[in-house]
Amino acid sequence: MPASLFAPLTERPSLNRVLLRTLVVIAYLIIFAPVTMIVVTSFFSQEIVSFPPTALTWRWYVNAWDKPEFFRGLLTSLQIALIAAAIGVPIGTAAALAIVRGEFPGKQAISALLLAPLAVPGVVAGSGLYMFYVLAENALDRDIKATTEGLVAAHVLLTIPWTVRLVVASLQGLDRAAEEAAANLGASPFTVFRRITLPMMRPGIVAAAMFSFIQSFENLDLSLLLVGPGRITLPVAMLNYLEFRIDPTLAAVATVQILIVGVLMVVTDRFVKLSRVV
Amino acid sequence: MASLMIESLTKRFGSSIAVDGLDLKVREGELVALLGPSGCGKTTTLRMVAGFLPPTSGRVLFDTEDVTRLPAHKRATGMVFQSYALFPHMTAAQNVGFGLEMRGLGGAERQTKVEEALRLVRLSHLGGRLPRELSGGQQQRVALARALVINPKLFLLDEPLSNLDAKLRAEVRVEIRALQQRLGLTTLLVTHDREEALTMADRLVVMEGGRVRQIGSPRELYDAPQDAFVADFVGRCNILSGRRENETGFRTESGLVLPVDTAPNERDNANAFALRPERIAIQPGANGDLNGAVEAVTYLGSQTEYHVRIGREVFVVIQQTPGADEPLAALKPQDQVSLAWDRKAPRLVPQTSL
Repeated sequence: MPASLFAPLTERPSLNRVLLRTLVVIAYLIIFAPVTMIVVTSFFSQEIVSFPPTALTWRWYVNAWDKPEFFRGLLTSLQIALIAAAIGVPIGTAAALAIVRGEFPGKQAISALLLAPLAVPGVVAGSGLYMFYVLAENALDRDIKATTEGLVAAHVLLTIPWTVRLVVASLQGLDRAAEEAAANLGASPFTVFRRITLPMMRPGIVAAAMFSFIQSFENLDLSLLLVGPGRITLPVAMLNYLEFRIDPTLAAVATVQILIVGVLMVVTDRFVKLSRVV
Repeated sequence: MASLMIESLTKRFGSSIAVDGLDLKVREGELVALLGPSGCGKTTTLRMVAGFLPPTSGRVLFDTEDVTRLPAHKRATGMVFQSYALFPHMTAAQNVGFGLEMRGLGGAERQTKVEEALRLVRLSHLGGRLPRELSGGQQQRVALARALVINPKLFLLDEPLSNLDAKLRAEVRVEIRALQQRLGLTTLLVTHDREEALTMADRLVVMEGGRVRQIGSPRELYDAPQDAFVADFVGRCNILSGRRENETGFRTESGLVLPVDTAPNERDNANAFALRPERIAIQPGANGDLNGAVEAVTYLGSQTEYHVRIGREVFVVIQQTPGADEPLAALKPQDQVSLAWDRKAPRLVPQTSL
């Protein structure tokens, strides 16, 4: 966003400026309204949400805490997201390096392929994976669907396109002269990579890790068919709950989810200015 | 310090040729500048000397050692990059210490040398800063210190001043030259700025299209260019096409006969007349051999530039700015003037078209 947007006004604002500001405010309202609504309603005491609230309460949070599927779902989601990011980010980073630095036939095609999962609807990819897992189970004679490994493998697919996209962007903006300078000073190619290239890529990699984690953590559609008993992720647990009841318990769970993602973004932003990378 | 020998160095990129059979020797302690327009092959040459680019053919020698196939990190050259190429995640001191670290120099010894190098470029107080916390001029000095601290065999400068503002550039130019002479650094400088090349270099190599046009001292190139390209590239020049009329005259294409002593620089293919603007004397009034009218007067402070039309030719004349009460000071467009020069001043050179 242009910095001038919020610069102090020294003269009467022109009509264009007023219009622009209004649009920006509306855009923010649209983005934040649902989030705010969820957080606010999680404290309403009545079961069917209606305005104004009759009273404010913590009881939906207590209720969510009492339901083991939510807490277990949270743990499962955190676990899956961490493992998926830990696997996907190195793979995506290596792929990004190959795409930006390498010269090989079919580079364009591979680059497109790595970004492709972003364009496929999650349910479609999930169904495809489900069928693939069934075939693989028959061939290998072992369980894949409804296992942690199967779910992690699926979520790695979510993390790779994000990582490739972010790390490619950070590599393209990297000053190659710094690497040449290091070689000039006596650093071998491996040392150049370890001491210069990798640290310079760090903002891109950190951002990629965060986005990968969030992608996995809040994924519903891809996971829907792949989760198994005892390994329900939080979004799937929430959907299951919704099939039987509609009360602010879900809002309470969602608020916790928003809080986790929010804290993660703030912490990441302290190390890497996200606005510079994304 | 070593000397540098470049032997018929050639670099092709596909079907285009970037450097075409370059021969050059840089003596120990000498500063040689590669000067030319962009795309002339000067940067490609420097990159081959540093080891960043493999030559298609030819050899590069440091003293008698053939380094043509040696990778960059084993060549021990100290290079200053156009963008400075500082490591953004390391402090100034860490940047300077990096080369020493690569040489296995540890702890106290390294620190002493880093401090020494920072003192050399007058940055002792800023060693703890990150590059982004330094001004452009300071970053440039960190880059200098980093290249020098490793005691390189060869000092390589790639357009080192082009990112500085004009005033700073003039200062740093003098500083680098003084440092280079004091430390006796064998230096290869790449630049497209003729003033930089003329003021800093012991010898200049004017390049164009991957080939050497002329090699010589700044004075030789300025006063005795071998062709019109060199004449024009190393300084402002009046260049007029035509042919030699006789031993004392050159006839331009428009038929104007210009006085010149042709004997000392007679060349069969000399079809251009080259004369520096400051070698022309200008007098008010149409009472000389070459009379014309002033077209423009441009005040440049210490100097003044006049454009004078004689027939179909326009001459650029540059003179010390006259005092306010001198007759020249009153010159304005349309005024009649006469031009004159020493017959030995002009050069007759071949026009150059590749």
